Amino acid sequence: MNLEFTPEEQAFREEVRTFIAENYPKHLADFGMREDMVREDFLAWHKVLGQKGWSVPAWPVEYGGTGWTPTQRYIWSEENARVNALMPLPFGVSMVGPVIYTFGNEEQKARHLPGIRSGEVWWCQGYSEPGAGSDLASLKTTAVRDGDHYVINGQKTWTTLAQHADWGFFLCRTDPTAKAQEGISFILIDMKTPGVEVKPIKLLDGGYEVNETWLTDVRVPVENLVGVENKGWTYAKFLLAHERSGIAGVARSKRGVEKLREIATHETLDGAPLIKDFDFAKKVSQLEIDLAALEITELRTLAGEQAGKGPGPESSILKIKGTEIQQRLTELTLEAVGTYSAPYMGGVSNDNGSNEHPVGPDYAAHAAATYFNMRKTSIYGGSNEIQRNIITKMILGL
Amino acid sequence: MDFNFTEEQGMVRDGLSRLVREQYGFEQRRKAIASSEGWRPEVWAQLAELGILGMPFSEADGGFGGGAVDAMVIMEEFGKGLVIEPFLPTVVCAGGFLKHGGTAAQKEEHIGGIVAGSCVFAFAYAEPKGRYDYADLETTAKKDGAGYVLNGHKAVVIGAPWASHLIVTARTGGERRDRSGVSVFVLAKDTAGVTTRDYVTVDGRRASEVYFENVSVPAEALIGAEGEGLALIELVTDEAIAALCAEACGAMKVAHAMTVEYSRQRKQFGVPIGSFQVLQHRMVDMYTAYEQAVSLTYLATLRLGSDEVERKKAVSAAKVGVGQAARLIGQEAVQIHGGNGVTDEYAIGHYFKRLTIFDSEFGNVDHHLKRHVALS
Repeated sequence: MNLEFTPEEQAFREEVRTFIAENYPKHLADFGMREDMVREDFLAWHKVLGQKGWSVPAWPVEYGGTGWTPTQRYIWSEENARVNALMPLPFGVSMVGPVIYTFGNEEQKARHLPGIRSGEVWWCQGYSEPGAGSDLASLKTTAVRDGDHYVINGQKTWTTLAQHADWGFFLCRTDPTAKAQEGISFILIDMKTPGVEVKPIKLLDGGYEVNETWLTDVRVPVENLVGVENKGWTYAKFLLAHERSGIAGVARSKRGVEKLREIATHETLDGAPLIKDFDFAKKVSQLEIDLAALEITELRTLAGEQAGKGPGPESSILKIKGTEIQQRLTELTLEAVGTYSAPYMGGVSNDNGSNEHPVGPDYAAHAAATYFNMRKTSIYGGSNEIQRNIITKMILGL
Repeated sequence: MDFNFTEEQGMVRDGLSRLVREQYGFEQRRKAIASSEGWRPEVWAQLAELGILGMPFSEADGGFGGGAVDAMVIMEEFGKGLVIEPFLPTVVCAGGFLKHGGTAAQKEEHIGGIVAGSCVFAFAYAEPKGRYDYADLETTAKKDGAGYVLNGHKAVVIGAPWASHLIVTARTGGERRDRSGVSVFVLAKDTAGVTTRDYVTVDGRRASEVYFENVSVPAEALIGAEGEGLALIELVTDEAIAALCAEACGAMKVAHAMTVEYSRQRKQFGVPIGSFQVLQHRMVDMYTAYEQAVSLTYLATLRLGSDEVERKKAVSAAKVGVGQAARLIGQEAVQIHGGNGVTDEYAIGHYFKRLTIFDSEFGNVDHHLKRHVALS
């Protein structure tokens, strides 16, 4: 047991650091948590990585994965976090991609995997519905077979960044008579199909990143069914476990703590830097300690995956602690900026077209919006309460 | 980066796990604690026989060439069984001082006895008014010819009633709380002028108040350089904290498992109480706290050889995180056991007591959070 990097791993770090320095798009430098970007911004780094062959490191090599060890993947995410890189979005790379290469047929793999790797095709996720949140299996969107098509009707919600999406993966009920979990299918839908309508939902921070997606008599060829009809719940759960394993966000939170310390060095309290105030410094140290623990927990999980265990229920711990830490970080940042947390400087996910200089310090401009925005993290991807249900069942055996 | 245990470490774990199973049933442990000696020298002899007492010493020093990870494996198993025998003061603390600061002659004299099980050590560092500051010493060691004369009072010296030898910290110069002027001594407990008041601790161990009245020791009793002992004490106590954290992890693992099992058996309102979501989520939070504590224990253990700041930060992080987890898991385990949790009859209360006292050893959560802030 050791935490040391081998000379090969150190050389790998140098290699990726140099690659990032030379190739990461300059105008997206130090992106942070902001998402006030146009479509091409989101895809810029993804496309560079696609050409390099590094856009889907965790995939099996035969589908374009890099074959990196968990340690190399850890180094990769650390090096990207150092420059706050805007990473490829998860919907293709870590959600539908693994479902397609695991459960899809050869034709689906050939058709969809290249676009995910290259960043040419933007995917969105059609899971939640107005009446099906934590109780996802109660979803009502129907897919009725009509010749060699499904006709799909229903309403999805919280479809993140669907305004840019080319394709979506949807959970639809194909057997209304079966038990909740058993009549669901996993269907890929071209978002340009007639009857697909995407409507924005404005969030409390003022930003626009999620949507309602309405599906009205949408005709989808049956070859877009992934795996077996009515077995979609299995794939959905598989996907959620994959989604959770990347959700800890350790490297990014580490960078966030560094930034918080910088802010608290500029801000003053009683004439001294805020970070010298023991009450505040104590909160930052506690956060760093929780984060240090999570980092090792994630590495232990990765090591387990390398030993052949897939992402299991342990990933629920990463989701719970990772999001708690992300939220705490935004909370302390909000506290650190003090009175300049109040001016409204636009949402996290759109800049309202404004080029105005912020009222207070630059670092304060989005502190409140980010804090508001990050409340989503303990709700999405299976709320943290649902994660506790999963651990109860899968680990405690209750 | 590697989180695997070696085959040998796996064997040590299995061997100890068997010993704890065979020797540390609830009633066996209760009987040992209630006996006049308060421990079982025959278990100590078994540990020597299994090679456990020699594990963290190099082969050159007469040990089996293990290290901090081996100590972690051992302490975790001890924690699972609430083992009371003084592995930590003898092997980790005294062993640590000898390994890192001892002369060839001192190693020669003492390590063999530790490995064989014939020497038992206690580490007398705390003082009634010193709290967790190793430099806040009223005990003095005055130069007297070639040797020293010790005077003072050491508090809550764990394992001292069983010890043949003591490691003692004392001031050889400077003012109270100065970083310099702190020295470390090794002496036999039966040295003239050493008296003790022995007692039972709430978590079933034995300890002593140790009094030094004009205790003469030779120059050879000094470990390390005179007046420069603090850095050595910090290193050894950091090693002790990492090992203690491993012990706490073992105890937390069992306390959590017992609680889940109890919730499965105990029925109220016609159903097992483990079917209630309000209890399920609390047991999940205990589990998460335990896993995070294990991670911090790994981190501290694997950073013991790093540079000083990195080492101290990792160790303090562990003592904070494991301390918080131990508090949470101990209290919640008792709560979920209901009335049974507060009886002497149920094992869970005994895990709770050990996990409670853990916080006060080598600096509590507040102390180490403060040290973490100072190093950040």
